[in-house]
Amino acid sequence: MSFIKNNQNIYKSRFLFKRRLALLTGLISIAFLVVIGRFFYLQIFKYDFYKGLSENNRIAVIPNVPNRGLILDRNGIILADNYFVYSLEVTPSKVTNLNKTIDNLKPIVELSVSDLKQFKKILRESSSLDSIPIKTHLSEIDAARFAANKLQFEGVEIKSRLFRRYPKGSFASHLIGHINRINEEDKETIKKLGWQQNYKGTDSIGKLGIEKYYEARLHGTTGFQEVEIDANGNSVRILNNTPSIEGDAITLSIDANLQDIAENAFNKYRGALVAINPKNGEVLAFVSRPNFDPNHFVGGIDLDEWKLLNESLDKPMLNRAINGLYPPGSTIKPFVALAALENDIRKPPFNIKDPGFFTLPNSGHTYRDWKPFGHGTVDIVMAITISCDTFFYGLGIELGINKLSEFLSQFGFGKLTHIDMFGENAGLLPSTEWKQKRFKQPWYLGETVITSIGQGYTLVTPMQLGQAVATLANAGLTIQPRLIQSIKNSQTGKMEVFKNKMVQELHFKPEHLALVKEGMINVTQPGGTAASVGAGAPYKIAAKTGTAQVVEMKANQKYNPDRMNERHRDHALFIAYAPADDPTIAIALIVENGGHGGSTAGPIARKLMDYYLLKKVSSNKEENKVSSLESEYHD
Amino acid sequence: MLDRLTLRFKKNIDSILMIFISSALVVGLFTLYSASGRNIILVLNQLLYIGFGFTLLWITARIHPKYYEKLALPIYIMGLLLLFAVMFVGQSSHGAKRWLNLGIFKMQPSEIMRIAVPIAMAWYLSKRENNRHAIDYFIASLFFILPVILIINQPDLGTGLLITASGFYILFLAGLNWKFIVGGAIGLFSLAPIIWTHLHDYQKNRLLILLDPSQDPLGSGYHTIQSSIAMGSGGLIGKGWLNGTQGQLEFLPERTTDFIFAVFSEEFGLLGNLLLLGLFAFIIGRSLMIASQAKNTFTRLLAANIGLTFFTYIFINIAMVSGIMPVVGVPLPLISFGGTSMTIILVSFGILMSVHSHKELVGSS
Repeated sequence: MSFIKNNQNIYKSRFLFKRRLALLTGLISIAFLVVIGRFFYLQIFKYDFYKGLSENNRIAVIPNVPNRGLILDRNGIILADNYFVYSLEVTPSKVTNLNKTIDNLKPIVELSVSDLKQFKKILRESSSLDSIPIKTHLSEIDAARFAANKLQFEGVEIKSRLFRRYPKGSFASHLIGHINRINEEDKETIKKLGWQQNYKGTDSIGKLGIEKYYEARLHGTTGFQEVEIDANGNSVRILNNTPSIEGDAITLSIDANLQDIAENAFNKYRGALVAINPKNGEVLAFVSRPNFDPNHFVGGIDLDEWKLLNESLDKPMLNRAINGLYPPGSTIKPFVALAALENDIRKPPFNIKDPGFFTLPNSGHTYRDWKPFGHGTVDIVMAITISCDTFFYGLGIELGINKLSEFLSQFGFGKLTHIDMFGENAGLLPSTEWKQKRFKQPWYLGETVITSIGQGYTLVTPMQLGQAVATLANAGLTIQPRLIQSIKNSQTGKMEVFKNKMVQELHFKPEHLALVKEGMINVTQPGGTAASVGAGAPYKIAAKTGTAQVVEMKANQKYNPDRMNERHRDHALFIAYAPADDPTIAIALIVENGGHGGSTAGPIARKLMDYYLLKKVSSNKEENKVSSLESEYHD
Repeated sequence: MLDRLTLRFKKNIDSILMIFISSALVVGLFTLYSASGRNIILVLNQLLYIGFGFTLLWITARIHPKYYEKLALPIYIMGLLLLFAVMFVGQSSHGAKRWLNLGIFKMQPSEIMRIAVPIAMAWYLSKRENNRHAIDYFIASLFFILPVILIINQPDLGTGLLITASGFYILFLAGLNWKFIVGGAIGLFSLAPIIWTHLHDYQKNRLLILLDPSQDPLGSGYHTIQSSIAMGSGGLIGKGWLNGTQGQLEFLPERTTDFIFAVFSEEFGLLGNLLLLGLFAFIIGRSLMIASQAKNTFTRLLAANIGLTFFTYIFINIAMVSGIMPVVGVPLPLISFGGTSMTIILVSFGILMSVHSHKELVGSS
């Protein structure tokens, strides 16, 4: 019975197979007919048309390269724009003898060795149909002389090309970044992202900073021209022209005036600064010193100049704000204090008697306070105000490294801030687990002691520290920092305004926050470690100074900055927010080898706060030369 | 003696198919010589690939289909494992991770899947022949969905879509209910907007360009413009071998591989096109005939799939070159330059011949 049924099934399925195969065969025949129809259309009906195109003319498609979008500060000040230059260009496919042509050009147009080197480099990477610049920024005299001799140079012509310009030179260079010629690595990226078509004819791409991060928006859309070309390769007429679409304009959250004040305040010092509006995460100033002139990169940087930049001891190409790793020093103390309060380790009022040193229980090892004979009786507010090391040594031991680490990580230490810039460093927040993994060693109590005052393994970037201060200023609300404010669509004119991206809301007891704030406000009051920074300010500043050791001192060695190599001096750190009761600016900054935080780094922060909150430029005694913009700042 | 030897040698070879295939290969070699700008090295290379492919064809034709049935699953699983391997230790080139480096040569596991998937599906569906339910078709379709996901991820959309088509042929011929075919089509269309919103901007752009090549005259549109000029100017009888101006100039891109048909078409004109198309039609027809004569479901599905996949390649390539379809990178079988595609095609014809020559010996129950 089942055999019969099986057989029936088999016959059924064979029948079905044949029916369906017949159906597919029908479809195949139709497909063939469609293709044959197309052959007839192309080869019989349109024969004359295509024959004409093929015998006498060929169609070339020439890209129309779009204008790159502008970069502006929050007030509309232009930080990056474009300008036209005349450039002398060669199309190799139209030249019969390239070397001879170049030799003939030499007496007419001045061609330097680096011009020729650059030309040959691009020549190798391009197709022979491309137009390759042999000299950019042609002077009017050169242009005129060439024009007079144009007839003898087939395949060579003067073109106007768009060049990127950073009108303020090295100003905010790490922030803005720069563009440079597309290299092999960029080509891979372009291919991976499927941008090849849109980059036909484009020879530069964003390499750093905003220019790189927002490349997709800044570049714009390439247009094209279909041109009929005769047998000699000369264009006869334009068949079709689609204009390019300019890249979108990017408005940054940066305040160029504030940025200018900050950069100038650094003067000759190396370091970095980040100022954030804690209410919305907008970065108001983003400084990394020393910097470089991005204009020199446009169109390919000179090899010697690159070497100079790259090998300099000052590392001008290092973006210290997101990449520089520094021990936070005492700027960590307000966070440690809050950790102790939140974990109920310290209940106010709590006093210790500070003898000037801390002895580790069960080991007898002592750790010195920065003040040789101690601060006397110190409570938690006072401990922040005067930066009492002894107080925090004890706190750290009672908290334990893991609790401390866990608490600090909530503020973003050891984590990326995810600011809109590539290459950010995550810093380092140690824990027992981390040490086991990294060194295969247990954690020692002594390491907890120094971690509580921001020494040891802990490393932060200025951006991270800024984010942490902003979170503290905002009573625990963390908003992702960002450099962008809005993007204006060049085609529709529509503004895309970026929204605040809340990362987390930390819940701290208000009375604990109040104690920490009180301590930080007192830092800038008489008796605090940065009393001079607060002197005469009509608004309240909450701050903390910090000093980070660059070289380790021996137990009996005394720190004497005047007798040290400048690069071995301590780093000066400073964090602050203001007005303390309703903060609209939070600042973190580091001055490399700047000595004590209050005296070197603090004044820089004060200048920024004065301008930001009062719209005026403060005049400190050790006045640095304030920029030429100064007159505009006064009311 | 010699006669017996030739007879043994020819035993499993289908001479009709062999004549058509060889003719197409000869046409291909002549076209390649012209398209490559008379590059004899390239032609010799191609000859080497053909020789290698023919050896494999001869071997695969001699293997009894029952062994393909037995090996279906192991080959499939091995292919799948290789695809996974590509994900982890694969070599990247031009932003795509498709190759495994095996020391002496680089292999592309997705190419193996072109044969392994239909064999595995035919095996599975023929096993369930007597009592097939909707779930069986569903399981069978997993055989191609799984590798296609991996392949599209590489990313290699072209091969992924071709394997999908090949999988669909098998499901369709095995008797997938029209309800599911229509339902599946509707489902796919209704899912499209959801998928669309999840795409990156650049992916959207790419798809838009596929739909309208004139939007992108620098890229795929450029290819189409140039190949249309080449074909159209070929006219009725063509410009003659080695005389195509467009094909010889730099204007025609990828003229030894994906766009080789434009070169052929320019030099041999409409008549040449019809002749070549006729040759292809014979090969497809012969394949489908072998399929309809096959004695069991496994060989039937397998053979039909080989013919249909061959057709799909030809149609996509020619439609793309002549500008009725968007440009996707698919070679013209037996004509385009390239070792892998040549080997795979000849091997699949070997399997086809095995099905044909062993049909009397295959049991029907």
